Amino acid sequence: MAMKFSTFLRHLREGFKNVLRNGWMSFASVGSIIVSLFILGVFMLLALNVDKLATQIESQVEIRVYVQLGTEQARIDEINRTIGRIPEVKKVTFVSKEEGLERLRENLDDNAKTALQGYENENNPLPDGFDVEVFDPQNVAYVAKQIQAINDANADRPIMGVNYGQGTVEKLFRITNAVRNIGLVIVAGLAIMAMFLISTTIKMTILARRREIGIMKLVGATNNFIRWPFFVEGVLIGLGGAAITSAILMFGYSQLIDTAQYDMGLMLIKLAGVQEVGWFITGTLLILGTLLGIWGSVVSVRKYLKV
Amino acid sequence: MIEMHDIWKTYPDGTSALQGVNVVIDRNEFVYIVGPSGAGKSTFMKLIYREEVPTKGQLSVNGFNIGKLKPRKIPYVRRNIGVVFQDFRLLPKLTAYENVAFAMEVIEASKRSIRRRTMEVLDLVGLKHKANSLPAQLSGGEQQRVAIARAIVNNPAVIVADEPTGNLDPETSWGIMKLLEEINFRGTTIVMATHNKEIVNSLRKRVIAIERGSIVRDEIRGEYGYEV
Repeated sequence: MAMKFSTFLRHLREGFKNVLRNGWMSFASVGSIIVSLFILGVFMLLALNVDKLATQIESQVEIRVYVQLGTEQARIDEINRTIGRIPEVKKVTFVSKEEGLERLRENLDDNAKTALQGYENENNPLPDGFDVEVFDPQNVAYVAKQIQAINDANADRPIMGVNYGQGTVEKLFRITNAVRNIGLVIVAGLAIMAMFLISTTIKMTILARRREIGIMKLVGATNNFIRWPFFVEGVLIGLGGAAITSAILMFGYSQLIDTAQYDMGLMLIKLAGVQEVGWFITGTLLILGTLLGIWGSVVSVRKYLKV
Repeated sequence: MIEMHDIWKTYPDGTSALQGVNVVIDRNEFVYIVGPSGAGKSTFMKLIYREEVPTKGQLSVNGFNIGKLKPRKIPYVRRNIGVVFQDFRLLPKLTAYENVAFAMEVIEASKRSIRRRTMEVLDLVGLKHKANSLPAQLSGGEQQRVAIARAIVNNPAVIVADEPTGNLDPETSWGIMKLLEEINFRGTTIVMATHNKEIVNSLRKRVIAIERGSIVRDEIRGEYGYEV
């Protein structure tokens, strides 16, 4: 049945008024939403940063391909193109043996560097090769296998070796995936905890509302008519709680970033920026808060709407 | 107006509250329901405003077959029945005016007619000057008047009053009775359960006595008939 517009306005007005009329109970509901969402938000920030860190570490994973010594440049370019055609591959960079030597030198200390003397130019024992970047670092093992397959498919077996830190990389991914999953479980657990906390608050408010709902029914209010103001109230409480939580979280987090980056010079771990996570966190909390508020109010009314 | 044919009511816990009640209450009647506590008076009242459903039998109120009413339709039947309780049942956070107006908001009356009619009934119950008071600021008698104003604001065909003077002193009770009589005079059927011997014996109306779930007496201009 269509609702009169004036009735709709009345429900909005009543919802607002109810929040004010029920003073401390609204306060308790908003409070429990803030507490739950705050803890949840902190863990989300933590999880996002751990994920960012994991992604950073993972992105450094790449495949080194070495071609057989003495392979001609034309053949090398051909292999380059063949590897580039693997769909998972993002970029193939040619690394000449001179560059290879330079890299080696960079990674050694001064003492060891002298040991490299005499290996320049014609004496360079290193093979030419490629750095292969993949779109998803988790695919390196698979792509390495593909490259190996290219080698096996050619009679001249032009590739001397494929290296991506076999063993280490798998371990790294196992750790980063575990960290992500644990984060997800904690966040889900906290969301459930938030529901329990809020349902407890609701149970307290139900007693006070029972009479109110009973009287509404007595004077002939339809169930929808009774439900609406509670619904509006739930939305307001949920949105309000979530907005306050988001503001506190984002303010606190931006302070943390400032402290971490300027005062402590903690540059080793780069925290996710406020702009980077702000919308996601705020959006999630607002949606979640609203849903919790609605859920709470709907649950509290439903019980007493049954005739 | 109200017709009961062989009405039985047994509660889920096995208590048998009414056992084969037959009664017809006509439009514009004023009826006292009397009887010992636990005899079935409250159940009798609750059946009328569809708080309870009969286990067996035919019950019609205002032309509605209450026993077969779809839950969806209940609110619309209730709008034609005003209910008054011993404990007033006002919303404590609303003013007298808001408590009465609320019953009209529910039926989606226009703002203007709510304003007009609410002030009209508050005037009728003699509380126009206390429209903005909260229930806690009103005496028991005044709260009951607000409750009566709420019950009549939508011009119901019948008022069901369950011991409306139960919490009031004799003098205040008489005021409430005068008010109910006035409402009855204006054309509303009144069914009132009571334990008040003085009122029943002085303000003579039809008396229906219920004992152990059955009607044992039904007299026009009857007496209370029990020692208090």
